[in-house]
Amino acid sequence: MNVLKGKIWKFGDDISTDLIIPGKYKFKTIDFNELAKHAMEGADPTFSSKVSKGDIIVAGENFGCGSSREQAPVVIKHVGVSAVVAKSFARIFYRNAFNIGLPVVECDLADHINTGDFIELRLTEGKVISAGNVYAFKPIPDFLMTILQDGGLVDHYKKRGGFIWEEPTK
Amino acid sequence: MGMTLAEKIISRKIGREPSPGEIVVLSIDAAMAHDGTAPLMIKSFEAMGAKGVWSREKAAFVIDHISPSSNEGTSGLHKMMREFAKQYGIMLYDVGEGICHQILPEKGYVFPGGVVVGADSHTCTHGAFAAFSTGIGSTDMAAVFASGKLWFKVPETLKVNITGDMPANVMSKDAVIYSIGKVGADGATYMAVEFTGDSVKRMSMDSRMTMTNMAIEMGGKTGLIASDNTTKGFLQGRIGVPFVELAGDKDASYKAILEIDAAELEPQLSCPHQVDNVKPVSELEGMQVDQVFIGSCTNGRMEDLRIAAKVLNGNKVMARTIIMPASREVMIKAIQEGLIEELVKAGCAVGVPGCGPCVGGHHGVPSVGENVISTTNRNFKGRMGCAEADIYLASPLTAANAALNGKLVVPKGV
Repeated sequence: MNVLKGKIWKFGDDISTDLIIPGKYKFKTIDFNELAKHAMEGADPTFSSKVSKGDIIVAGENFGCGSSREQAPVVIKHVGVSAVVAKSFARIFYRNAFNIGLPVVECDLADHINTGDFIELRLTEGKVISAGNVYAFKPIPDFLMTILQDGGLVDHYKKRGGFIWEEPTK
Repeated sequence: MGMTLAEKIISRKIGREPSPGEIVVLSIDAAMAHDGTAPLMIKSFEAMGAKGVWSREKAAFVIDHISPSSNEGTSGLHKMMREFAKQYGIMLYDVGEGICHQILPEKGYVFPGGVVVGADSHTCTHGAFAAFSTGIGSTDMAAVFASGKLWFKVPETLKVNITGDMPANVMSKDAVIYSIGKVGADGATYMAVEFTGDSVKRMSMDSRMTMTNMAIEMGGKTGLIASDNTTKGFLQGRIGVPFVELAGDKDASYKAILEIDAAELEPQLSCPHQVDNVKPVSELEGMQVDQVFIGSCTNGRMEDLRIAAKVLNGNKVMARTIIMPASREVMIKAIQEGLIEELVKAGCAVGVPGCGPCVGGHHGVPSVGENVISTTNRNFKGRMGCAEADIYLASPLTAANAALNGKLVVPKGV
């Protein structure tokens, strides 16, 4: 989990949750084998058939803007994407991603790489390495890293019988 | 140092002054999930093995997005919600009751100083009542249902100060679309957006809710408006806690301030396919319009329906027009005032209170190449169910004038 290596799929700015999983599908089922067929459909209609396990999405500003639908990070994770690196994220998408165990980092990488490039993402160090270049990002806050390492909020609760933010601060 | 309205609400909860960027844990006063988000919330809640719902009174489900259901798959998800609500003894507002963001204030869940979470991004609407109210995802909501608490980052605040008298053909929708155009779709990410100024002070609750509803369209965590006599008037007889007046302090520290001279505003449009792609209606005057939708949590209230009926004034619509009241309460009032009869006679298709065509899930889907004028809050590609349709967001006044003329015209005041 701390070091992820993968091939890049690059997207632009303002990739909304409507582009990630159009509303017309999400109201009919919560079967993710079905929903994941439409992952990123609004931005790239053939994405789900091209993406491979371990690939990484790199995007511009405001990734995941729009509706609060948690189906958005889940379909991305379900098709095998191991992380999303964007210049910035919409707030609800950011929370949802950690809650379902998908690492997301805010890093100004999109202008320096292209679809098909490989990157190495060092989550705890706050570094992305691409073609020998190192790009720094603000490390993920500790309590979110804990949720991520527990496998998301559901497994976190199962493991600890409570939520980390309820514990007395040290 | 004074506090912003967001800081003030949080300080009342935690018993001290919070600082922006700090993570705080807040007790929740109302929590809501709807048919787009509750099924996943139930799945997470059950997977957690949570023992029960923390409060029967503060938790609620609403079936509004695909309402009534249009297909077997959705019906199965609705059934799952009804069974969960019955099992845990929580309230479920079923088909025909209306849109979650209209129901919560009407039914007394929202009050000044309260903390409201909804598994819906437009939960920022409730900040119109000086509540700290924000959208969260399904698994966060499962955590709230289990524990009654959630973590929040204390937001910085963008102040949108609207002063002066609006021209007669300008509504609060135009002011908020204009603001989004200035701030950008992510200009207020993680921030609270506090609407202030004498123009806001004079607005009805209906108009105020339109603005806080769209705070998320500039990235805002919540939209906020000080509570005053207008707020009190709406909440009287609905809430079970004492009403308090809350406002941001004059010497509070704001991240940024956007000043808007209301007198200078003209009717606005959000053009395809981004809400921050803003142009005045005058620039696109004459554009052919295929479908008009008046409704949603943005503009499906009495004020909006009254304006639509007034504009149509006994004439037939020239573009197909769908109208959906935001709630059963709104629909009943509109029936009593005779508005529904007027709108139906004018040729409008008036539907069941709910989200309707806004979400593109079950009806009112436009076709390829069609232009839609909609009073809703999002015009993303594919939003209304057809990726090849162009959606323009506008005020109910502009939308009703488009319906009347079959094309876009700069409206006159009514």
